[in-house]
Amino acid sequence: MAGGADGQERAERPRQDAAEPVSGETAAPAADRELLDDVDGLLDEIDAVLETNAEEFVRGYVQKGGQ
Amino acid sequence: MRRRVIGLETEYGLSFTATGRRALAVEDVARRMFRDVVTWGRSSNVFLENGARLYLDVGSHPEYATPECPSAREALVHERAGDRIVHDLARRTEEALAGEGLAGRIRVFRNNTDFSGNSYGSHENYLVQRDGPFQPLADALLPFLVTRQVFAGAGKVLRTATGAVYVLSQRAEHIWEGVSSATTRSRPIINSRDEPHADIDRYRRLHVIVGDSNMSDTATWLRLATCELVLRTLEAGVGPDLPPLDSPTRAIREVSRDLTGHGPVRFADGQDVPALDVQVRYLEAVERFLATEQPDDPDAAHVVAEWRRVLTALATDPMTLDREVDWVVKLRLIRALQDRDGLALDDPRVALLDLAYHDIDPDTGLQARLRAGGRVRTLIDEPAVRRAQDHPPATRAALRGAFLRAARQHGHDVTVDWVHLKRNGPVPRTIACKDPLVCEDARVAQALEEMALPTG
Repeated sequence: MAGGADGQERAERPRQDAAEPVSGETAAPAADRELLDDVDGLLDEIDAVLETNAEEFVRGYVQKGGQ
Repeated sequence: MRRRVIGLETEYGLSFTATGRRALAVEDVARRMFRDVVTWGRSSNVFLENGARLYLDVGSHPEYATPECPSAREALVHERAGDRIVHDLARRTEEALAGEGLAGRIRVFRNNTDFSGNSYGSHENYLVQRDGPFQPLADALLPFLVTRQVFAGAGKVLRTATGAVYVLSQRAEHIWEGVSSATTRSRPIINSRDEPHADIDRYRRLHVIVGDSNMSDTATWLRLATCELVLRTLEAGVGPDLPPLDSPTRAIREVSRDLTGHGPVRFADGQDVPALDVQVRYLEAVERFLATEQPDDPDAAHVVAEWRRVLTALATDPMTLDREVDWVVKLRLIRALQDRDGLALDDPRVALLDLAYHDIDPDTGLQARLRAGGRVRTLIDEPAVRRAQDHPPATRAALRGAFLRAARQHGHDVTVDWVHLKRNGPVPRTIACKDPLVCEDARVAQALEEMALPTG
């Protein structure tokens, strides 16, 4: 993957603090909890839509080219 | 040009998952979806009472072209209305198929790639005046279009010879020219085919086919609204002082593969400018233009403020835009899934998530869930989208919509296209509406009155 926004530098953070940089080590416990809740919530949404056989679905998703 | 119409054409991807024993090819699903439309519009290409056009495009893609919209915000609303119309079509087809022993689920995706290297588009149309030469305008727009992926990219897991990488744009790898009249063979950034669908002496239609299909309201709106302001600025001859790109097709790939936005874009004179700085150069040119020429436009000022906010956030930490820039929202979702389940970027579940992000189902799709959960920023509400499904904007589309509605209500046979409103009988008569900005027309008003008269 190109670029520094990838990999190591995962800057997920609670929304309320979006304006001020938060690093993993210094985040307040409250913010940490919120972060975890948020990710869990996202994962719930993801799980709810990925119930099919992923490999088969991906292999089968073939479209013809458009414009 | 201060007032102009904007339109968006979306090609949708389809899948059919059989729940019974019989499978159905995606081409057949598309044909079935449009069988209904064919009966009702007598062709697989119809105009709707909201002024939009619905048709079955090259490659079996359902395609929805919004009506002529007077603003980026209305184009956003009408694009979402198109999602609903296509979704409803899919649901009806599902029911019909189930009744024939072909039970299954049709999914509709507003994305731009499958997993076999095929691409389909989200095409923008901007009305421009014909008084200036076209090629310089198009060329001056290219650096903007190549770099706007930093906020308008829909994000994609790209499989390469050296492994999977996450890139900004769905579309960048499928673009092979800067400006040309080709479409499917060698896709350009700007299609120069001269089909104004308007008075050819006054107008051109700038056809930008490089865009990703944005799911985010902010990204969709900003993509159209910034381009519109850049056009105003370029038309006035006061664009940023930038030479042509060295290679638009190389630059678009390089920008797409650089998640930082700080990577260089090479210009023809040999200078390298970071992608985000190219955007800032356009932003500043627009600001200068507005300050001197159009200081009384609060909507434009708002676009500029939002554009600047997004560019500033991208320069410092793109992940802060995880509620409004598609490639960031999607990346955050993918990382959450990868982290929990220990998945590599090339895992099929990640690929499926990449696709599911674009599912337009208003009840069960991932977007619908993210919106309902307040996890993404929204600019438009449900009633506006519902209304736009059968109400045209206040442009030429209003004439077309009223004409079609009257014909349906009073049982008249008519044929319309973007410009013409034709009553086929008793004496065939055609009205040409050559100005897309005009929403009132005495000839159309009279035709509506005549259609309301009792026949016989």
